[in-house]
Amino acid sequence: MATANIEVSETPLVLYALRRADDALILGHRLSEWCGHAPAMEEDMALANMGLDLLGQARELYTYAAKVEGRGNDEDKFAYLRDVRQYRNLLLVEQPNGDFARTMVRQFFYAAFADLYWRAMMASSDATFAAIAAKSEKESAYHLRHSSEWIVRLGDGTAESHRRTQDAIDDLWAYTGEMFAVDDGERGLIDAGIAIDPAALKSRWLKTVTGIVNEATLALPKSDWMQQGGRVGSHSEHLGHLLSELQSLQRTFPGATW
Amino acid sequence: MYTQALNSSDGDDRGVEDVARASQFQARIDADERIEPNDWMPAAYRKTLTRQISQHAHSEIVGMLPEGNWITRAPSLRRKAALLAKVQDECGHGLYLYAAAETLGTSREELVDGMLSGKAKYSSIFNYPTLTWADIGTIGWLVDGAAIMNQIPLCRCSYGPYARAMIRVCKEESFHQRQGFEIMVTLCRGTAEQKAMAQNALDRWWWPVLMMFGPPDQVSQHSDTSTKWKIKRFSNDELRQKFIDATVPQAEFLGLTIPDPGTKQNENGNWVHSPIDWDEFKQVLAGNGPCNRDRLAARRKAHDEGAWVREAAMAYAEKRKSRQLAQAAE
Repeated sequence: MATANIEVSETPLVLYALRRADDALILGHRLSEWCGHAPAMEEDMALANMGLDLLGQARELYTYAAKVEGRGNDEDKFAYLRDVRQYRNLLLVEQPNGDFARTMVRQFFYAAFADLYWRAMMASSDATFAAIAAKSEKESAYHLRHSSEWIVRLGDGTAESHRRTQDAIDDLWAYTGEMFAVDDGERGLIDAGIAIDPAALKSRWLKTVTGIVNEATLALPKSDWMQQGGRVGSHSEHLGHLLSELQSLQRTFPGATW
Repeated sequence: MYTQALNSSDGDDRGVEDVARASQFQARIDADERIEPNDWMPAAYRKTLTRQISQHAHSEIVGMLPEGNWITRAPSLRRKAALLAKVQDECGHGLYLYAAAETLGTSREELVDGMLSGKAKYSSIFNYPTLTWADIGTIGWLVDGAAIMNQIPLCRCSYGPYARAMIRVCKEESFHQRQGFEIMVTLCRGTAEQKAMAQNALDRWWWPVLMMFGPPDQVSQHSDTSTKWKIKRFSNDELRQKFIDATVPQAEFLGLTIPDPGTKQNENGNWVHSPIDWDEFKQVLAGNGPCNRDRLAARRKAHDEGAWVREAAMAYAEKRKSRQLAQAAE
């Protein structure tokens, strides 16, 4: 018998921490899938490095969510004992790795946001968030630099790398809007100075992204239709497969300590 | 990208075995001096080290695969982070070992091609599958444990770049070994199913790990000259014995049984073992281990599928260079 899913009291603050933790865990997991299979050994190192940064961010955020929630959950229960409908990450981060261009575009879109986001969150009135932000900001600055350099190399490299990177941009673009969305619960946290308003980051994000994409001789899609749903548990089909792998031991051997 | 310039380096000392220089060289070795890349060395010394260091590098890189197999399924976030960091360390070891090998005049690209074509060898241990989470504990405990036994003497190897690389590698390996043992402790203190998982992993890995030290001394090909050159300081059998003596009490501590009824202590306190099935070792070396094909296929796939990325990086670097030149000319 598989262990039942945990119940989570999703107060606005718990939910807020869980959403960012899930972003970091799922993207970190995706990056870790590359380990041993990257296009060059240097990239095996870099992708694992970024995966570790994100995994570290996820653990801190889950631990904080557990503390705020105060009902005995912990980082592993959040990660291993919630089903796909309980996960709150952005649709962007759960998208499959695809080829290296797709992984880099996904990383670039996210890191360009995360870099601004964590820098702004350093001013959070919540001391834990401010501390997590101070550490994460340094990490996301590197993630942005690394992925930006690759977007330029791939876009302005060969005809093949250009085509692959443009395809990835076209396919992933619709998942970027969700990063800037805010619901009522988050609005309250923004008003209280705990969270920052992501909408305020959008023009700077677009400027960074446009600058790099132009330098890479690539183009952003004209369409402004954006997919949403990850924040309320309406995911793509990909997440369930990721979770079945991630959670397999905990689900197969209920209650065991590892 | 892979320092192609080195491909054309054609050491002027190759093939020219100057007797006086050779005896001078041996005198330096005997005096425990370190040989550095620009020093004169016999062609055979260069060849032996290139083969050994690159095999070691290939082993680190191929070794990422059996453990990488569990990164996405690690049973807790702490274990997941530790395993990902460990596999990343192995890649790092591979990189600086290739760098050490390159100081002997063969490029990383050429060395890697040797591995991908199946010509160059890597440690046979990585041709066994990781079936359960306990295999990750067992690899850390036994495979890294055996690697440390092999590598600690290499920190005093006569070739400077290799010896220095080994110092760093050994530090990280002993950390990995403790991590692996800690996974085993947790499993052995866990549920009956977990304990059985740990025992089963030990049953499958024990003999292959003993084979890691190489053929018995009476049939080992390279030992004599390697010993003379202080590349190798202990024989295969000596290292194997040291390993068994250290490991049997650890298995007892875990409450696990060594899968060899012949394991018993002799009058000197050494643990003796039953004869090793060297036919199995030969088969794995010949490419017939359970995972030889999978491992090479995975490395070739990564290499082939990464080709367009590496080409793009080269093309971009070229474009950038010519743009800079054009700018400078304006």
